[in-house]
Amino acid sequence: MSGAPFVIAASAPAERGALTRLLRRPLALLGLVLIALVVGAAIAAPWLATYPPDQQNFDGLTLEGAPMPPGGPWLLGTDLLGRDLYSRLLYGARTSLLIGIIANGIAVGVGTLVGLTAGWLRGWVGTVLMRFTDLMMAFPALLLAICLAAIFRPSLWIVALVIALVNWVQTARIVYTETTALAERDFIAAERTLGASSLRILWHHLLPHLWPTIIVWATLGISTTVLLEATLSYLGIGVQPPTASWGNIIFENQTYFQSAPWLVFIPGAAILVLALAFNLVGDALREVMDPTQRGQR
Amino acid sequence: MNASVPRGPVLSVTDLTVSVGTETGPRPLVSGLSFDLFAGETLCIAGESGSGKSITSLAAMALLPPGVRVTGGSIRLDGRDLAKLSERRMQAIRGARIAMIFQEPMTSLNPVLTIGTQLSEAIRSHDPGANAQALALAALKSVRLSQPEARMRQYPHELSGGMRQRVMIAMALALKPEVLIADEPTTALDVTVQREVLDLLRDLQRDTGTAIILITHDMGVVAEMADRVVVMKSGCMVETGPVRDIFARPAEAYTQALLAAVPRMGDGSGPVPAPAETIARIEDISVRYDIRGGLLGRVTHRVHAVEEVSFEIRMGETFSLVGESGCGKSTIARAMTGLVPHQGLINLAGHVVPEDGLSAGPALRRDVQMVFQDPAAALNPRKRVGDLVAEPLVIHRIGDAASRRERVRALFDRVGLSPDQIDRYPHEFSGGQRQRICIARALALEPRLIIADESVSALDVSVQARVLDLLAELKADLGISYLFISHDMAVVENISDRIAVMYLGQIVETGSRAQIFGNPQHPYTRRLIEAVPIPDPTHQRPALSRMSDDVRSPVWPVGAGPAKVALSDIGGGHRVASA
Repeated sequence: MSGAPFVIAASAPAERGALTRLLRRPLALLGLVLIALVVGAAIAAPWLATYPPDQQNFDGLTLEGAPMPPGGPWLLGTDLLGRDLYSRLLYGARTSLLIGIIANGIAVGVGTLVGLTAGWLRGWVGTVLMRFTDLMMAFPALLLAICLAAIFRPSLWIVALVIALVNWVQTARIVYTETTALAERDFIAAERTLGASSLRILWHHLLPHLWPTIIVWATLGISTTVLLEATLSYLGIGVQPPTASWGNIIFENQTYFQSAPWLVFIPGAAILVLALAFNLVGDALREVMDPTQRGQR
Repeated sequence: MNASVPRGPVLSVTDLTVSVGTETGPRPLVSGLSFDLFAGETLCIAGESGSGKSITSLAAMALLPPGVRVTGGSIRLDGRDLAKLSERRMQAIRGARIAMIFQEPMTSLNPVLTIGTQLSEAIRSHDPGANAQALALAALKSVRLSQPEARMRQYPHELSGGMRQRVMIAMALALKPEVLIADEPTTALDVTVQREVLDLLRDLQRDTGTAIILITHDMGVVAEMADRVVVMKSGCMVETGPVRDIFARPAEAYTQALLAAVPRMGDGSGPVPAPAETIARIEDISVRYDIRGGLLGRVTHRVHAVEEVSFEIRMGETFSLVGESGCGKSTIARAMTGLVPHQGLINLAGHVVPEDGLSAGPALRRDVQMVFQDPAAALNPRKRVGDLVAEPLVIHRIGDAASRRERVRALFDRVGLSPDQIDRYPHEFSGGQRQRICIARALALEPRLIIADESVSALDVSVQARVLDLLAELKADLGISYLFISHDMAVVENISDRIAVMYLGQIVETGSRAQIFGNPQHPYTRRLIEAVPIPDPTHQRPALSRMSDDVRSPVWPVGAGPAKVALSDIGGGHRVASA
């Protein structure tokens, strides 16, 4: 669980006013507002939802059995089983946020830890860690997921674990490369001649330089993890129906893509907005945390 | 010196202004610069970093970086204004009529193409019908490269820095341009190689009559090469005139200060410090790096970076290690600070540096500090300078936050910086100020020995002089000893008490400053001293004995190694390798 706080606590070690500078950027502010909206909607789902999310409504389908278009009592239409899309989207936000932030956070955290350790220690420890990373990269993610799902009973937490296990490798590779390059820099050598411990160098001098990379991968990872969860759901090893997630709403309804496109576009847009919001905040965070970029306040 | 040829100038720069676009409108980088360049003469544009000398040359080549434009004046080559030519017309002129060589020959050559291909391509692009191969070979011969036929088939990485710069010169002069712009052509080269390249440029100019604009920060190079000089400061011309007048009677205060700051090499006379007790003893240390090869990754060769070197540093003295790049002088510094493993004994201030380097204890770390070459690289850009200077105190758990801050303010004051600046970031300081911050950081633990690895090499001469003054002052006030590592004989002559000259990982001559500079014995020491450019245009230099192009390699197969150089005392501690 060490992954998620990494990203969020990023501004804490920076000095007072980092938050103020972040809020002064209109795009970052927009991103923060969007994230707040999604999180708020997920928390307040029971009060905002117009129908129970799993309820199949008798009047939710046309006489021919097709989903209802948006309008009337159905704010965003109904899905193929006559469930209210708006309500499912609200509850689905809970699942998707959990996956996108927690699973992704663990993945980025594990990747950073592995990459940093391997890049700093080098030698046989580094070789073993990086060859293991290569192995994981080559291993089919879905096969791994199916194996794990066969061993454990599928649940939200297993899905989060599987996604974390699959997604840490890219971060590990990139962090490894950057760490080896940074470790050669003079200011790291200068720290060592002062007698600074490895832990101190890693925490105070190496990690701050890795934040930009970590933040970019963390924000990019949000949309990929949400979609990976959808794939797993589609294979029946993800979040189990009838629990809603943005990913499985898309997959359940994709057969109706021609006649009821909103069933795919609306949850798709939700994923897009969430990923975009995190990207905007991540970009701004990166700039705010770099003192050499601070000329243009 | 045929500037009096009765012809108009080849290149005429009139009231040139070059500006960079910023949010608040264009800001001039060069303003109101005018000069004429005549056939067969060498015009030196001298100035410190940020003076606009490189921007001027890029403007003449129409190679200005994006966002930087010529906003006024003209650059006329045979009456045509280069600043107003289209990129396509300029391409025909560039290389054929006005050519340029850069500071770093490795980055200017394409690493994946052979020398021959690159040369003939450059020729063919301007003269498709030419016998490019033959012309390329002739060009390589003209720059006196050994085995030119073989060089044609070699790649840039197979050549030494000096050979690469000669290839660049061959490429620039292959099409017999009227104007050659050389932007710090020898700054990245060793001093003996610099001499050879400068001699070559002068000889080629005599043969071809090419007009040369030589851009340099080194007043020694100016004195040696220039017919006329333009001194620049922050984008403006300060002074111009024939080289002898500028050096003999500099009119402007800035030129006077610039010339005064140039370290001048004397004969080593001066007070000799009284013998004191030893602070550092280095006995037979070797540093070797393994090169693995073959299927199984076995060690097949070793780089013998440092080979059984011994020396002593006494309390309160400045001991200099001098030599050219790759001689192992920086490796010794890294071994002494535990950054690389070594074999042999390193005893610093009573503490033995462990051979693996890593497990050096805190007491050793307190007594020995290092100042690096490039202060911009040695300071973490994401930390406030006050925190960086306080960091040694934090690491060694000295004092509390308030007392540390007080100490940092005192240290800033000590090295000549304002204590009010401690909350800024490294990029907000100039190069010289950053090196002062590094020195303050080194002083924080009150060390007894400071290792200065090329610590003033990256600085402008005027800044360099002030940092050297600071080091001397600290030595006098605090009794600190220095191990000073440098390639610059003039700087070494000015600050050292004792000197060791290194060549290929071994010391070939060592002694007091007076012994080394007054009575150099080893041929390599003499070469080093003779090669230093003298900032005096009237100085007649003895011809430099040319050494072979072959770079001797410190790489040996496992089991083999270089013969140990035996030093014999020729009197008063002056020890020389017997040839």
